[in-house]
Amino acid sequence: MLTSLYRFFSSLKLTVACLVLGCVIVFWGTIAQVHLGLFKAQNEFFRSFVVYWPLDGSPPHIPIFPGGYFIGTVLLINLFVAHFRYYQPGKRKIGIVLIHLGVVLLLLGQMLADFLSRESAMHLRIGETKNYSEAERAFELAVIDATDPDSDKVVAIPCSLLVRRGEVSDPEMPFTVRVKNFYANSSLVQQSQPGYEPVKTTGGAGSSMWWREEPRVTEMDRLDMPSATVEIATPQGSLGTFLASAWLDQPQSFTYNHRSYELLLRQERYYLPFSLHLIEFRHDKYPGTDIPKNFSSRVRLQNLENGEDREVRIFMNNPLRYEGETFYQASFDPDDHGSVLQVVHNPSWLTPYFSCVLVAIGLVIQFLSHLIPFLKRRVAVPASVAPSSGAVRGKAPGGRPIRVRGLEKK
Amino acid sequence: MKKWIPWSVLALVVIVLAYCSLPKPEGPFHTRAFGQLPVLLNGRFQPFDSVARNSLLQIRTKQTVPAEANGRTETLSAMDWLLEVMMKPEAADDRKVFRIDNNEVSELLKVPDGQKYYSFNQLRPQADEIEKQAARIDPIDASKRTVFESQLMKLYEMMNLYQRLEVSLKPPGSDDFAAELDAYQKSILPGVAAVNARAAGQKFDQDAFNNLLSFMGGYQTVASFALPLTIPPADASLPRDDWQNIGTNLMQTAHTGEFNPATKFYAAMVTAYRSDQPDEFNHAVGEYRAWLADRFAPQARKTSQEYFFNTLQPFYNATVIYVLALVLACIYLLVASEWIRKSAFYLVVLAVVIHTFGLVFRMYLEGRPPVTNLYSSAIFIGWACVLLGLVLEKIYPIGIGILVASFVGFVTQIIALHLALSGDTMEMMRAVLDTNLWLATHVVTVTLGYASTFLAGFLAIVYILLGLFTKRLTQPLDPKAAVGLTAITAMAAPVMAAPAIGLAVGKGLSSEIGKMEIGKVMAKMVYGIVCFATLFSFVGTVLGGIWADQSWGRFWGWDPKENGALLIVLWNATILHARWGGLVRERGLMNLAVVGNIVTSWSWFGVNMLGIGLHSYGFTDAAFWWLRLFIGSQIVLILLGLLPKIMWRSFQPARPAAAA
Repeated sequence: MLTSLYRFFSSLKLTVACLVLGCVIVFWGTIAQVHLGLFKAQNEFFRSFVVYWPLDGSPPHIPIFPGGYFIGTVLLINLFVAHFRYYQPGKRKIGIVLIHLGVVLLLLGQMLADFLSRESAMHLRIGETKNYSEAERAFELAVIDATDPDSDKVVAIPCSLLVRRGEVSDPEMPFTVRVKNFYANSSLVQQSQPGYEPVKTTGGAGSSMWWREEPRVTEMDRLDMPSATVEIATPQGSLGTFLASAWLDQPQSFTYNHRSYELLLRQERYYLPFSLHLIEFRHDKYPGTDIPKNFSSRVRLQNLENGEDREVRIFMNNPLRYEGETFYQASFDPDDHGSVLQVVHNPSWLTPYFSCVLVAIGLVIQFLSHLIPFLKRRVAVPASVAPSSGAVRGKAPGGRPIRVRGLEKK
Repeated sequence: MKKWIPWSVLALVVIVLAYCSLPKPEGPFHTRAFGQLPVLLNGRFQPFDSVARNSLLQIRTKQTVPAEANGRTETLSAMDWLLEVMMKPEAADDRKVFRIDNNEVSELLKVPDGQKYYSFNQLRPQADEIEKQAARIDPIDASKRTVFESQLMKLYEMMNLYQRLEVSLKPPGSDDFAAELDAYQKSILPGVAAVNARAAGQKFDQDAFNNLLSFMGGYQTVASFALPLTIPPADASLPRDDWQNIGTNLMQTAHTGEFNPATKFYAAMVTAYRSDQPDEFNHAVGEYRAWLADRFAPQARKTSQEYFFNTLQPFYNATVIYVLALVLACIYLLVASEWIRKSAFYLVVLAVVIHTFGLVFRMYLEGRPPVTNLYSSAIFIGWACVLLGLVLEKIYPIGIGILVASFVGFVTQIIALHLALSGDTMEMMRAVLDTNLWLATHVVTVTLGYASTFLAGFLAIVYILLGLFTKRLTQPLDPKAAVGLTAITAMAAPVMAAPAIGLAVGKGLSSEIGKMEIGKVMAKMVYGIVCFATLFSFVGTVLGGIWADQSWGRFWGWDPKENGALLIVLWNATILHARWGGLVRERGLMNLAVVGNIVTSWSWFGVNMLGIGLHSYGFTDAAFWWLRLFIGSQIVLILLGLLPKIMWRSFQPARPAAAA
């Protein structure tokens, strides 16, 4: 039983099967992007263990195909076990081992990146300074104590808590936030329209608005716009029900115990131990055309912790890497007075570089190990017909596959 | 032996080619000198000749216009045509240059049937209708348009382009442009005074005011619609690329009062051309070139070089030779005469020399690595395949390397010719692509991966066809054609230096090898090329990931083009592992390699047609049709390859008659 499992997981047939399945899933997942959008297709086909039918996530939810993670994992196991089975010490195989090690590192690195990396964005107008980046798709309800004119005290409640529609309290907040209603994606209108209900609030912007729940978006270039109604409950009673929505730019404010508070549903923020200040944004074009030549942001980087204070230029293909975060020039405002930097936190970003080096070394060794003996023979025996020692891997001169030595251990 | 024949064939082709490339006698107007004048278009300096060729290619899909003169048909070069369009548009409007292929479009426009090309005057009455339709179609996503819609839109764009060219050098309706400029010059002072007085609410000279405005109207049209920027900055302190079109420049003249000399030169050319005075025209062109030589020497040199490149047409010439070589290689398969093979071999070498010259010249002109867009990828894939094919032929001189090299060379050039129909092929690189480092590493390696996968696929096709319909596969190699066995095994390794080895051992002979069957040799070729393809597509794909990591922080984003490259890597790895595991033998290997053709063509073109992702450039619906046809043909070939061995002529037992 164990032997047959071992033989199964180490067989080249399994490798070929995985590679073919990999081809199918890559092809299918690419075609599916036309209808599902890049984001959804990625999650359904590549970042999943099983692909379900129908693809849009509606029932009956029948598993129909192994997903990218499944195929990748089996391939990794196969590679690992096969090396046990076929590997013999000696110089001849070292190239192959390095190549496969590089592939393993690449696969593992990408899986790690899927779990560990975090992408966010920093939108800066010229002259603006920020010490945080914002999540592209995750929202939070910020309860801001804005009494102190110099700095705000913020309690951020992630949407995952709002979904439960319960009560949220925090030692930092002298009151409880009671979520009355929450839509993960919504639309708001200022006049009554069919399908919309009036937003039930006691004050603030929501009192003259209608809203409706919308299906979650799947496209890469569109966002869910959540909205919620929350009641502020204090030991002395309710302070009212307010609308918090991604559609609203201005916070809803109220006072309690002579302190002023603001409520804002905004993109989740990741705070950085340093700040960036946008000095200049450039959008260069080729002469006489609108073809963009370059986008670049000149920023001032200030780190209060170590006193670092310098200017940096971030432009296409030249990101800023600092304190584990990488800032890329991603987008800009239509009026060219603001810049959007993509902020990526990816601890495993170096793995593809290492794996590329490993594979390259492996290929060079593999190549030299064939070339050098070959050249030596050329010198020693001109016009020799002696079969080369290891040049044809797994294949006899007759074109038939050689049995790899390990295969013979029956 | 007939050793002299291959050399004579080569010499003959060279002579014919040289004769055809000689400059044709020029008419009285020195259009060749005019064609080299620099203009700024698409963000780069280019000669008028390039503007002419690219525009005519887009409008008429050809580089020439047939013309009737004195009862004789002659051809108008692109430059002759553009000169007429810009300087004598009323005559150009009768030239049949607009190509309409779609019946629904020609019916809508009520133009006479049974024609392929129509003149602007024929289309003019329907301009409103075209405009109306285009306004409706414009918001529709390009990939969602019907054939009628995209064809109509194309016609609309071409008419726009044509009309913009018409006002590129002179205002509409202007006849003696040089005299008009003089009049304009005289009208500026009193006119500006009148305008100022009127603005200040004072009494002003109505005639001077009207006079100036009548000029301004025409210049305004030119300023808004002229296509290339033709007027260089006269002020030496201005940036060298701060060019203007002639309309903008003339309007500015009203403020500065100073005429840019270039406007005068162009006006003189227009007047001379319209009044049929070649000497005056040539004189003005010569003077302008002398003026440029003092101030814009680098730009003028560059555009002259591009003009030279345009007239040589290296890729077109290489294509013709590939066809000749292909014909010879096919004949060689039927009658195995060594002189035919040698001739074909020399021809492919000649073609690849010209091809290389074109490739390098283009790189020099662009200041870029070889592959910058879909067009140049076709040129480069063809080039790499031909080189690899020649190496194979050198190692295994059995004609098959030549056959595949010339075929792929020819087909990729045809693809490139069609891609060139969409306009300037040397367009500037958009921001993120503006990096020679990554264009030189990622793009080149991944394109080599495409090229070698195609080469393996086409070798496999030859194998299947030879095996099914001839007895060649089981015949031994010609003993004279043999090479050391070690060369074969070296090819089989995933190596880059295969060419070097091949050439190094080319002279070694071995009777063992001579006895090898052609089919077995082909299997080795395909196997070696697949190794080569795996190496390049893998390294290229990983480099692409690293580039992505450098430019937007994501090593892998599952973008369609990335997936396409990954698919090639996975497929090549599949072939290799299937081979090593003994899952496939000779014929199986060949069938898998043909699937490689499908995978590669889809990655090369198919993913662009999805219209999504970061690489979605160069969508053409005609290409989609061809892609489907190609994939269909490959499937038929695979089905043929799957036929049982008994049906393959090569593997049928020798007939008793043959044995006797």
